[in-house]
Amino acid sequence: MKDRPDAYYWKPNILVFACNWCTYQGADLAGSLRYSYPTSVNIIRVPCSGRVEPEFIVEALKKGADAVFVGGCHPGDCHYKEGNFKAVRRFNLLKRVLTSMGVEPERVRFDWISGSEGKRFAEVMTEFDETIRKIGPNPLGRGGNG
Amino acid sequence: MAEKLKLAYFLAGGCGGCDMAIVDLSESLVDALAHLEVVFWAPTLTDLKYKDLEAMPDKAVDIGLYSGMIRLGEQEHIAKVMRRKCKVLIAYGICAALGGIPGMGNMHTKDELFRTVYFQTYSTDNPDGIAPQTKCVVDGKYELTLPEFYGYVRPLHHVVDVDYFVGGCPPHHTFVGKILEAILTGDLPPAGSWITGGKSACDVCERNPAARGQERESIKTVKRTIDGTPEEGKCLLQQGYLCLGPLTQGDCGSLCPKVDIPCRGCGGPIPGVKDFGLRAISAIAGLLEKEALVDQIPSPVKLFYRYSLPGSLLGKKAVRSENAEEDRNQPDDKA
Repeated sequence: MKDRPDAYYWKPNILVFACNWCTYQGADLAGSLRYSYPTSVNIIRVPCSGRVEPEFIVEALKKGADAVFVGGCHPGDCHYKEGNFKAVRRFNLLKRVLTSMGVEPERVRFDWISGSEGKRFAEVMTEFDETIRKIGPNPLGRGGNG
Repeated sequence: MAEKLKLAYFLAGGCGGCDMAIVDLSESLVDALAHLEVVFWAPTLTDLKYKDLEAMPDKAVDIGLYSGMIRLGEQEHIAKVMRRKCKVLIAYGICAALGGIPGMGNMHTKDELFRTVYFQTYSTDNPDGIAPQTKCVVDGKYELTLPEFYGYVRPLHHVVDVDYFVGGCPPHHTFVGKILEAILTGDLPPAGSWITGGKSACDVCERNPAARGQERESIKTVKRTIDGTPEEGKCLLQQGYLCLGPLTQGDCGSLCPKVDIPCRGCGGPIPGVKDFGLRAISAIAGLLEKEALVDQIPSPVKLFYRYSLPGSLLGKKAVRSENAEEDRNQPDDKA
């Protein structure tokens, strides 16, 4: 095992917070249309991307997630009118804090994926998984209790 | 009269402001001293030594107040001794409770701090490249020791079990009076909680729009404290000064906003908030009118975690250790 290239046997642990109305439906569609995306992706369904508090993201990173993805509806499409706008502001501010604290900015990602974008969901997840495989395990996770 | 309560006080990695807050009680302190006996107060008020505290029987002290964060081996040692000797141990002041101002040192590693302080600054004259050592031999025979400088700042509850937390930098003296009263009458909350009125700084703030029957507005610009003068009586947040009053304990009576200074969160988080800085991000970002304002907030870590970095979920700067390679060697379930 040990002589194999690292990326071959290290699998990242990616947590996806998917909005119930858009990104989760997109993931569902990806499944229905038989698009494949990496097995490292673990989805948690939330009512709205605005429900994702910065605590959720940091706690995930502390307890063993190598990367966190937050998916919301496209601007203007939010089921709750402005939840996704609040989410993206919080996310961008959190990303600045995480970067100052030594966490690679690539480890957290926010994107708009609608319920009709099953293909895009699979593509974004594949691309995100590749990025995380390149940057390696999360330095915050060590010493955590996950 | 009942027997006096025995009080021990220790100042660790702090500035002594919390000691002053007790002295600021002035006449009320004289009344309180009728019921309190100071058995240890180092290094500021009494001439007692560590060995005096160590010589006391376990649980001989009723109340222990520990102020300041823990960075040195000496501070860690006394924290453990205090825990053994005191029936009730209180993390007194925001440094002991969450790390405080010196806690911002956790944005850097020990190596980075040493490099700057002992090697790189313009005024440093250190040709031999000597950094502080825990032991050194002088004249070939005298072994001198220094406490160990740990890699990170820790709040008290990361080292020993803490019964109560008190926020404030320093706690306002009227609030200290209430704490002493609560201790003397035994009217304390469940162990492990903060001693606080439970109201936020906004709740007691004169500028609160809700108290003036006004609508809450979103934040349209981001201003620093030095930018202009805030309008009299209008909420600082609505004027663009990033005030952390919404999630800070208001036991101070919201003094800073009274004199045009936005709240910086020294009081500690209101009950229900797990991580001060992250909740502050949530609160402030949610109020911003435009997305572009996010990038105008200067040094967000130092703003939102000014008093609470070591006690937060992030806690310290993330560093890739040498074992990073080891961690990659976890086999994939498919390989």
